[in-house]
Amino acid sequence: MCARDHVGATVKTQPFLRSFVTPAALCALAFLIAMAAVLQYSLRAYIPGSLDPGGLTLANFTALLKPLYAQVFLNTVWICFLTASYTLIVGYPLAYALVHVRNRFAKSAILITVVTPLFLGEVVRTYSWIIVLGNNGFINSILLQLGIIETPFQFMFTRFGVVVALVHVTMPVMVIMLAAALSHIDRDYLEAAESLGAGRIRAFATVTLPLSMPGIIAGVTTSFAWTFSAFATPQLIGGGQVNMISNLVYQLGFASFNFPFAASLCVAGLALTLAVLSLLRLATRPLEKMGPH
Amino acid sequence: MPRSSFQRLLDIGGTLVVLAILGFLLLPAIVVTLAAFNDKALLSFPPQALSLRWFAKAIAYDDFREGFGNGLIVTIWSSTIALIVGATFAFALDRYQFRLKAAIEGILLSPLVVPHFTVGLGFLILAAQIGLMRGYTIVVVCHVILVLPFVLRSVYVSLRNLDRRLELAASSLGAPPHLVLATITLPLLLPGLVSGWLFAAILSFNEFTASLFVTAQRTQTLPVAMYNYVREYADPSMAAISVMYIVATAALLTFANAFLGLGKVLNVEHGR
Repeated sequence: MCARDHVGATVKTQPFLRSFVTPAALCALAFLIAMAAVLQYSLRAYIPGSLDPGGLTLANFTALLKPLYAQVFLNTVWICFLTASYTLIVGYPLAYALVHVRNRFAKSAILITVVTPLFLGEVVRTYSWIIVLGNNGFINSILLQLGIIETPFQFMFTRFGVVVALVHVTMPVMVIMLAAALSHIDRDYLEAAESLGAGRIRAFATVTLPLSMPGIIAGVTTSFAWTFSAFATPQLIGGGQVNMISNLVYQLGFASFNFPFAASLCVAGLALTLAVLSLLRLATRPLEKMGPH
Repeated sequence: MPRSSFQRLLDIGGTLVVLAILGFLLLPAIVVTLAAFNDKALLSFPPQALSLRWFAKAIAYDDFREGFGNGLIVTIWSSTIALIVGATFAFALDRYQFRLKAAIEGILLSPLVVPHFTVGLGFLILAAQIGLMRGYTIVVVCHVILVLPFVLRSVYVSLRNLDRRLELAASSLGAPPHLVLATITLPLLLPGLVSGWLFAAILSFNEFTASLFVTAQRTQTLPVAMYNYVREYADPSMAAISVMYIVATAALLTFANAFLGLGKVLNVEHGR
């Protein structure tokens, strides 16, 4: 076995490497078991008043077809789509600035500002947005005092309010992925385009934008998946008026203890994410070819 | 001539757009700070009188104190375990061929895409089945799985950037593998290991959705305690604790940036 080891060619075979796989394999196993538990529960009957599930059934999945639940699924996908699109539009200029700004202080300042929300956690971010968007929150107070509006503008409990807060959540990861792609574009291409007479807008549209396509795809895909995972934001800003799958799962689990149905929602949600993400991949494949290989 | 003035306009416009976006990102932090120092319980902008009473109240609130303590326990265990698992696996990924390599890597990276409420529900069901409902174990295991992708990436990137010739030199001078590891590889990897641990710790301390599922009353972490508080009360102690959170996180990240080069770890800058 050691004789066939290609890695040993560079440094003397490191004998500890094989044992290095074990902890990771155990973690992977634990995660697989947890996911298998969800799958297993999704196929079991719900016994009202009991935490233990009943026999095997497909009833949970047929119940998902009810208009009430189908509506939540559609709503979730639509919110994810809106969030990913807005994040891309707002995140691109920032990623561009992060890569191209020369001043080191400005670069660090942009980086810290962009990255901090990523590490703040959903509750702090959501609470902060409630204070910004609420009926006697920051924006409404300012607009009322300036006399621009006479009644508070309703952001809370609307899809728009939820999407604004979610764009803030997914911005860091979008900017990081775009900036990674932008920073790996060879500047010589841009200089070549400009020396051949292309203006900056034209150079951007014909060189930078196509070459950053892999970053755009990675960023949109990740924001989509993260938005799908959001819970506190739709729960607190949506306040029951804007429901996503996560909110339904929580309600079913902790208000009615219907874990089998909650599990089937998770399974269907996961299938839906994977389906949408692979569609997105498929649809953007021609675009991806424009990027570097 | 018209061209250069057009370019200047483009520059100014671009700068304004970037400043506006940075403003959007900073707005919640600024507003929550104003609210935290406001003397009144009701929100009012701009604040009429300043006070520190909400900070005092937040620090004295039992659920926040316990949540902070529980959060520290969970964070230290899970980020340390994740560092060991992630670093060893990054090594194996970089330098060793084994069966199921791609499969294990795929499974360990998948929590980036699997919604946290699904991960949380999975571990909750698992805990109920094996009778671990009330302890820290299930919370720690769940957090390890969730932060592992970030540690793995951080260590893997530094391994890739490491100059293998240094190891070769030590090895050809007769150093046995474990000595090469201890005296050459690990010291060179230190920034990657520290930033990986730091990311894991910050993410674990802030993790909310999955924690809501897997924590019990006795093990609830700070974000869960804060969520419960927001649902019940509307006074600015929540703003005060948010400000402490934001300041601590920004300080840690500034530190990480200054000493470890955040740009390189996040792969948004060239290593050259």
